[in-house]
Order: sequence, then structure tokens, then C-alpha cells
Amino acid sequence: MAGRNESLDAIKTRRNNTLNALVSSVPYIRWLGITFDRRGDELTAVLPFDQKLIGNPMLPAIHGGVTAAFLEVTAIVELTWTAIWEDMEQGRIAPDAAVPESLPRLPKTIDFTVDYLRSGLPRDAYARARVVRSGRRYASVHVEAWQDQRQKLFAQATGHFLMPQDG
Amino acid sequence: MSEASPEDELEQRRRIARQFIEVIPHARALGMHLDQLTGEGAEISLPWREDLVGDPRSGVIHGGVISALMDTCSGAAVMAHPTGARSTATIDLRIDYMRAATPGQTIRAKASCYHITRSVAFVRAWAMDDDEARPVASATGAFTVER
Repeated sequence: MAGRNESLDAIKTRRNNTLNALVSSVPYIRWLGITFDRRGDELTAVLPFDQKLIGNPMLPAIHGGVTAAFLEVTAIVELTWTAIWEDMEQGRIAPDAAVPESLPRLPKTIDFTVDYLRSGLPRDAYARARVVRSGRRYASVHVEAWQDQRQKLFAQATGHFLMPQDG
Repeated sequence: MSEASPEDELEQRRRIARQFIEVIPHARALGMHLDQLTGEGAEISLPWREDLVGDPRSGVIHGGVISALMDTCSGAAVMAHPTGARSTATIDLRIDYMRAATPGQTIRAKASCYHITRSVAFVRAWAMDDDEARPVASATGAFTVER
């Protein structure tokens, strides 16, 4: 598995299937409409704009709670993706959304702090998370979200998570 | 305006705050219900729903839903504060998740604005399920005050 000569198709299928299982198994991620773009192990979360995401209809602006949820979802998926990468590459796990027992256990949020830098415009939003520190029990993750311009963040967040314990 | 009694003004404030919640598409989409609104603070409830689940293994509602509920409830508390904000937006919000909300139970948030200046409101909020003695989450935030 994951050898230098493994076919490109097999590698991509394995990674895409794992990511799809992880994302599609969570009802709330589907309800918000969040998807993930993958380049190698790098993930970018995408939140397509929808009327139901509006928090201030006068401006209009995306709801602060949607922004917080988008950042938290991005952090949890990134953290889980990073944690299972090696097992996935070695073929030790093959998560399937239809088989709950095959899905990786998710980290639990301990706390989450969101910094609202500018109001969320009524258009698509993107986010990337960085695992700053991941120990056996605790992890610290930083997330950035932007819309039109990568350098102009509309929100950022830091969260602490309790990692799932095996057995 | 000058003839309005303090009671009338308070009632008007509440009406503005109530409308503020009712016209928020996201609050409606999540199924939030404004239970109480006074100058002291706000209470909003949100029934459990399968499509809001964050952990398919346990059926526990996603933390993001709690964030949206706390954020809305905090904003409502700012709007209902007697000093009168025309509008508000979140500057920063920190949520502590103390335990998982019990699947199937309605989540109720309570928020109060404990200090307000000309341009900033400081808010604390709590989220509870049926076991009110053990809160699910607490939040603290800073909000803009548009005069």
C-alpha cells in the first residue's frame, strides 16, 4: 500500500473516498452545504452562499453563528483528516458513510474563539485550518476564513479539542 | 418622542429586538424560538433535529448550532438593552463546551448584556438542555453597538 508504484487512480480514489465518507456522514455539514477541495493532504473548506445563511437581511451579511460553525467544521475535519492520514495511506482504515462503525471517531470541541474581522458578504466563503499542536489527548487548531481575497480574512478562530481515545 | 413613557419605550425596544430575531433567515432556518426578552436579557430555544447532528455515532447536535444559538441570543440581549442599540454585530465570541447536549432534547440559551459602553456591549450566555443544573455550554462575547 502507498508504495511508489501504486497507481495514481488507486491513491486518489482512496483519499477522495475517505474524505467523502468523513464529510458526508455528518448531517450538519450537509445541511450547511459545506464541501472540501483537496490538493494532496491540503484541504480547503467551501461554503456556497445560500439565503438561509443570512444573519442580517438589511446589509445583507452572513450570520455570525454560520461563520463560527463553518470555522469549527473546518477545524474538526482538518484535525480528523490529519489524525487518520497515516492509517488511511497504509490501508488500515477505509471509512464508509454507510457503515457507521467504519467512521473515525471525531475530536470533541473544548472551547472555540472566533474573531470577526469584517462582515461576511452574501457570496461563497473559504476556510483552511492549521493544526498548531496535536498531542495524544489535546489539540490546538487555528482557522482562517476569507471570501474574495485570500489576504483579506473575514474571520479567524482558535479552538482546543479533546482527541478521541482508542478502545 | 418626548411624550413616550419609559414603559412605552421599553415595549418599543422589545418589539425592535423581537423583529430583529424574526427576520433573521438563519435563525428561522435553524428553528429558533424567542421565549423571553426583557431589558435584563434574552432566552431563545432550539429543538433537536436530525439534520443538525454533528456526530453521527452519538446523535449529538453540532457545536456550530450551539454557536449560532448563543450568537443570536447574545445579539438579542444587546438589542433589548435599555440604552438602545439600532443594530449590532459580533466582534468576538468564545464558547466553552462543558458537555455534549443530550440527543433529542431542546436546547435553551440565556444571554445577558452585563456591561455596555457607547460602542461596545459585553455579553455572557449559557446553553442548557433538560438538565438545567448542568449547562451544556457557556459563552462570552463582545458586540458592536450601532447608535
